Amino acid sequence: MAKLNINGQVVEISAADDTPLLWALREQAGLTGTKYGCGVAACGACTVHIDGQATRSCAMPISAITEDQKIVTIEGLSPNGMHPIQVAWRDLDVPQCGYCQSGMIMAAAALLAEKPNPTDADIDAAMTNICRCGTYNRVRAGIKQAAGSRQG
Amino acid sequence: MTLIDNAAPTRRSVLKAAAGLAVGFHLPAKDVLAQAAPPAAPEINAWVVIRPDDTVVLRMARSEMGQGTRTGLCQMIAEELHCDWSKIVTEYVTPGQSLARNRAWGAFLTAGSQGIRQSQDYVRRGGAVARTMLIQAAADAWGVPAAQCTAKDSVITHGGSGRSVRYGQVAAAAARLTPPQDVALKEPKDWTVIGQSVKRLDTAAKTTGALVYGSDLKMPGMLVAVPKECPVFGGRVASFDAAKVASMPGVKHVLKVGDTAVAVVAETFWQAKTALDALPVEWNYGTNRAVSSQTIDAMLTEGLNASEAFVGNANGDARAAIAAAPRKVEAVYSYPFQNHAPMEPMNATVVWTATRCDVWCPTQNGEAALIATAAAAGLPQTSCDVHRVDLGGGFGRRTTHDWLTQAVLIAKQVPGVPIKTQWTREEDMVQGRYHPVTKCKLTGGLDAQGNLTGLHMRISGQSILSYVFPTALQNGRDPVQFQGLNAGGNDSQIGYSFPNLLIDHAMRNTHVPPHFWRGVNHNQNAIYLECFLDELAHAAGQDPLAFRRKLMGNHPKHLAVLNAVAERIGWGTPPPAGVFRGIAQQMGFGSYVAAAAEVSVDAAGKLKMHRIVAATDCGYAVNPRQIEMQVEGSFVYGLSALLYGECTVKDGQIVETNFDTYNVLRMDEMPKVETIVMPSGGFWGGVGEPTIMVAAPAVLNAIFAATGKRIRTVPLKDQNLRA
Ligand code: FES
Ligand code: FES
Repeated sequence: MAKLNINGQVVEISAADDTPLLWALREQAGLTGTKYGCGVAACGACTVHIDGQATRSCAMPISAITEDQKIVTIEGLSPNGMHPIQVAWRDLDVPQCGYCQSGMIMAAAALLAEKPNPTDADIDAAMTNICRCGTYNRVRAGIKQAAGSRQG
Repeated sequence: MTLIDNAAPTRRSVLKAAAGLAVGFHLPAKDVLAQAAPPAAPEINAWVVIRPDDTVVLRMARSEMGQGTRTGLCQMIAEELHCDWSKIVTEYVTPGQSLARNRAWGAFLTAGSQGIRQSQDYVRRGGAVARTMLIQAAADAWGVPAAQCTAKDSVITHGGSGRSVRYGQVAAAAARLTPPQDVALKEPKDWTVIGQSVKRLDTAAKTTGALVYGSDLKMPGMLVAVPKECPVFGGRVASFDAAKVASMPGVKHVLKVGDTAVAVVAETFWQAKTALDALPVEWNYGTNRAVSSQTIDAMLTEGLNASEAFVGNANGDARAAIAAAPRKVEAVYSYPFQNHAPMEPMNATVVWTATRCDVWCPTQNGEAALIATAAAAGLPQTSCDVHRVDLGGGFGRRTTHDWLTQAVLIAKQVPGVPIKTQWTREEDMVQGRYHPVTKCKLTGGLDAQGNLTGLHMRISGQSILSYVFPTALQNGRDPVQFQGLNAGGNDSQIGYSFPNLLIDHAMRNTHVPPHFWRGVNHNQNAIYLECFLDELAHAAGQDPLAFRRKLMGNHPKHLAVLNAVAERIGWGTPPPAGVFRGIAQQMGFGSYVAAAAEVSVDAAGKLKMHRIVAATDCGYAVNPRQIEMQVEGSFVYGLSALLYGECTVKDGQIVETNFDTYNVLRMDEMPKVETIVMPSGGFWGGVGEPTIMVAAPAVLNAIFAATGKRIRTVPLKDQNLRA
């Protein structure tokens, strides 16, 4: 039994210690917005924030997380989907199938939190998520638009 | 704007399905479902339902997998329906409903870039018929001729009196009218919705995690199955030791699935996967164990010179012309197996009982999914149904249903219990249905002036149809093999006239199953032809664009897109220092496309793709912004294939098991993409696939321009581009 602080609530998770956070979120906490893409930290579909850091949850066993670490998933990123990244994503129609987009949005939100005005090189370095539909150029445009809206 | 069904089956379809079951389950308690309880609303016709509150429910037979078909089809219907765009919601019909109504919704297949082009006529007609009936109902109520009434934004107005009424108010009366037999469709010049870059209808739920994919489905009492097929195609299960894992946490069942697979069924995916990894399994690999990439390559190489081959396109006497030519150019190209690797691994949720089988799954073809379900369930199709969810990517993988057959065979062993079969990425990688493997030997003859006198293109390798639809072979010949190389037809015609031509195919099949893969056989055919024409141009000392133009006099639409990209990239003007250009063109899926690329290759051989210009003539452009997105997406898919895409075979099995060994293009490598949409009218071409086929040859030709070294093997990842 692990206690995890997920989206501002402490939740009791009854799963084996080595259960990856991804599966605890999806199957114990019922938060399926975080996706499974590879399970080996190679695609970013499972990206969540742990204490503000973009983290690939498929490679993070729940035993490695303490109760005072704050986990934020796509469901908890903003109260009503109004995070600047989410707004920009809708404005530019960034998603195609959408399956990778929870991870993309969480990675982009963490980037903006750290670098409010990221350069192309910052974006290249931070956004290593895979999108098989090929939304990369719109993801880049979305990050820039969100950054601009925050400045403004 | 709300969507009632973009995430999960409608409540109605679920209730209907559940009614036939002993278990009274319901679908996931997600907000989307809370909206999915449509009050009994008048169905005007199969495509259009209008609720009293004016909500316009448009029914979808084609699947949404990210390509924007849902929005495009709504534009087609709305063009004729004259409804309020902001009131549109959509729902998937099931293939069972369609079966019961004499295929009222036509084909469900969502592939070959045909979601829109093959249904445009009947969905527009559906909209026009519904509008006519709604207007008639209003006219009847007012006692005026229908011809005096018009409809706009879901409001019907009587010209003489200025009276008006909303669609929702007359829908019930309209639904009782006899549909008119003949309706006139608008002329393209009068379109106001088609051709507009309206925003997608289904974006919001993809930004909040709310969209429920097949992998996310939950039902009360549901268990999760994680399967493993024999890693060598054609092999079988010899034995497995269920007792070793039976008492592991959450494990409920350890099953043999057919003759070829095992599966662990547990309370959660993670428990099932953990137990599966620990399960001792012995396989009977069979004779395919001896097959490797090397043996396949040797077989294909033999086919390059074999005396027997199926002819795809021929005129004149190419062999004689080449033999007589003062200069002969020859080259051999290779294209590997590639996995579709959609981001969402294969999955299906199934409830099977002795009398009924319902499945919930992401599929590109609801009707084929129903056939597969019924066959595996051992039940008639009328006792089964397929409830669709949006796909986390398809690219062709979800037009075939091996994974669904398997999921039904698993659920059949646990009657009455909802079973979600969820593949691991590793299973998805080694149990793919792959891009076919081929090689191609091209031989060309040049005369003293550098004119091409003859071209022979010998393709050797896999035929998709012989695995997928053997009945569609024509005397053993696979016509799909020649995509982009055909002499005629309005789908995939070659864009050149050669004085002497022979294109033939030595069919060499392997045990690794091939399948339709975004772009299909265009992917390699375009590389073979467009790169070799580049080789010929350089051998003749001519500009690659000018060399092509001489052969394109009879192909004005091919030429128009090629000219468009050449002009935009600045062909003929010097590129930035260190940057080099390449071009390619092709016709496929009914559209004409061309690309021009700018790349640089540094001293160490590292490639940078700076910019690609793409031009598309798809006849009519339904939504230019969607087309831009499809072009960008197709380039990512095609350039991933060029840079990294390769599945190799060792001991009969696929070696690459995850994205760590099957890499794909990421953001840092993505070039700028400029899209030219130039619809010339008069035909309906696809947009999801065509541009994929020109991305790789344009880049390969640019690499040659940069380095002087011709790369003839895909992918680039293990090759030095310079040395
Ligand atoms: S699922 Fe975690 S990185 Fe791919
Ligand atoms: S939007 Fe489909 S994988 Fe990224």
